[in-house]
Amino acid sequence: MTPFTSQVINLFASVLLLIAFAMLAQRRIVTLINLFAVQGLALVGSTVTVAWATGQHHLYWSAGITFVLKVVALPLILHRLIRRLNVKWDIETLINIPTMMLVGIVLVVFAFNLALPISEFSQSIARGTLGIALACVLMSFLMMITRSKAVPQVIGFLAMENGLFFAATSATYGMPMVVELGIALDVLVGMIILGVFMFQIREQFDSLDIHHLEKLKED
Amino acid sequence: MEAFIALLAIPLFGGPFLWLWGDRPSAPEVNAGFSLATFAASAWLTAEVISGGPITAFGEQFFIDALNVFLVALTAFVGFTTSLFSRPYMRIERDKGKMTGPRLRLYHSMYQAFMATMLLALTTNNLGILWVAMEAATLATVLLVSVYRTAASLEAAWKYFILCGVGIAQALFGTILLYFAAERVLGAEGNALLWTHLNLVKADLEPAIMSLAFVFLLVGYGTKIGLVPLHNWLPDAHAEGPTPISAVLSGLLLNVALYSVIRCKVLADGALESRFAGNMMMGFGLLSVVVAAFFLSRQRDVKRMFAYSSIEHMGLVTFAFGMAGPIANFAGLLHMTVHSLVKSAIFFAVGHAAQKAGTQVMEDIRGLVKVSPTVGWGLMIGTLAILGMPPFGVFASEFLILTTAMREHPWATPFLLLALGVAFAAVFSRVQPMVFGDTHMKPLAHQPALVPVFVHLGLGLLLGLYIPPYLAAWYQEAARLLG
Repeated sequence: MTPFTSQVINLFASVLLLIAFAMLAQRRIVTLINLFAVQGLALVGSTVTVAWATGQHHLYWSAGITFVLKVVALPLILHRLIRRLNVKWDIETLINIPTMMLVGIVLVVFAFNLALPISEFSQSIARGTLGIALACVLMSFLMMITRSKAVPQVIGFLAMENGLFFAATSATYGMPMVVELGIALDVLVGMIILGVFMFQIREQFDSLDIHHLEKLKED
Repeated sequence: MEAFIALLAIPLFGGPFLWLWGDRPSAPEVNAGFSLATFAASAWLTAEVISGGPITAFGEQFFIDALNVFLVALTAFVGFTTSLFSRPYMRIERDKGKMTGPRLRLYHSMYQAFMATMLLALTTNNLGILWVAMEAATLATVLLVSVYRTAASLEAAWKYFILCGVGIAQALFGTILLYFAAERVLGAEGNALLWTHLNLVKADLEPAIMSLAFVFLLVGYGTKIGLVPLHNWLPDAHAEGPTPISAVLSGLLLNVALYSVIRCKVLADGALESRFAGNMMMGFGLLSVVVAAFFLSRQRDVKRMFAYSSIEHMGLVTFAFGMAGPIANFAGLLHMTVHSLVKSAIFFAVGHAAQKAGTQVMEDIRGLVKVSPTVGWGLMIGTLAILGMPPFGVFASEFLILTTAMREHPWATPFLLLALGVAFAAVFSRVQPMVFGDTHMKPLAHQPALVPVFVHLGLGLLLGLYIPPYLAAWYQEAARLLG
């Protein structure tokens, strides 16, 4: 792999990380969905670059699946969902952005340290990518913990899957095709079930605020 | 080979078929029919594996050996008996207006889909597909947990989805790391995730990567096993979903998740040449046993209480596999079997008891023996069995686990004994007044299906008194595989 392609992959990786930070700070649901779509696009870009640089043809297929699923289908489903649920312009008020950013930075440092002993085994692809992938996963996790509305939690869940997918392409040139297809199917089915589920929640509570879902506690 | 194809194809076909079959009065029987056919296929497969040794199918994508064939047989068997139990149970729920036609259609179709995903997870040789199947098992059950559409059941299902989704995402990261380690040895071929191939080269896998991979895999699949502190979803999902689903979640899904961990542990042990993986499992297991035992005494809802009991028992099995060695592994496998049989029997009895009383709150369920002796005695005997009274199988496996712990890890014994004692006091003191005592409950509209309860308890008793030689040989073979 030439230094140039490895720089390109690093560029895409940093875009992914940047978007993970942007998602952490974003209060508007509509913008969150768009950010998710852009993150998917960065993922497609990095996958295509890896495929081209290493000559792994099956990666073109997985880039195609990613494009269809994460750049087109899921954002479309999400946009439709928030339109039909009437939460398109919802704004989440209860997040403290500066603290979130700081916690995010701590997570990135932690992820890089955790990935350090492993990145040394990475053959040719840019060293930092596994750390970035893990950081994206942890930051999506943070986003899921701190959000109180259902749709942003789901976007956090999907963004976590993006981070995992990036780990798979950057560290190992992609999982075997059959596994990738299975994962894509699970994500799609999961999204559809979540959609059904959100209508059920709203029917029951007249809102998509997860605070309603905190009744079951240990006495 | 044909047996194996039938095993996966029957429930896979059953799901869509029951969806199309729709809300006909015969749907519960069709569901039970598919489950019976699956069980027959599993028996056929078991006979093939016992006589001919391990088999692989479809270019090694599937692999059945002594370890998973016994879980396949157990899963298909409990799946079948649960489908029998769910016939009258769901009819009563329907009379009460808690289930409607469309919900029953969803229930039956997803029941088969759930069985298919569990059997796929058990038989696949590809650790990536194992992950896909575990995630699919969550997806198939999430709508079943929320099937009553009450506020509490929606909350339970949301928690189940999000927590298990996040947990299993960690397992995917672990799988990616495992593939990363494997690729360096086996090359970037499609078979670098096949367990049989990995098992051959496990000593060459990079220890630094494998230890991190195992941590992620244990945390990920551990969420599904319900190991403390990742157990939050489990009591809610068990308490708020319909009882047949509680029975299969507790009796089967937890086993399948644990199976995924022990397959990965074999690889980690080979690569690390240290007790790292075993120690982690012992730590998580012991913590689960102790914490769950103390939570048991604080429960008011009967299904919640038995859900905590499942966490306790899964912790015990995880601890046993963590200790490793032929006796501990044997005890772990035996405990998985008897726990699954006895716990599902308890849930069957509890389901009918709660239907009679119209509530799951234990203080309001009284005098079961007077209204319906079979439900009462089923619950009482099941409770004694799960608490580890001799001569039931749970006693035998707990005894083996405890004696091994005393010999090899004496420090853990006081914790285990304390937890088992606390659990006994907590559960028995609550079940005793539920079974005996005064009551003014009315009999049920439909005859409850209690044959499965007594069949399960009978098998649990049999395994405590006498393990048939071929079964013992089979457990020993599986225990040897686990090292």
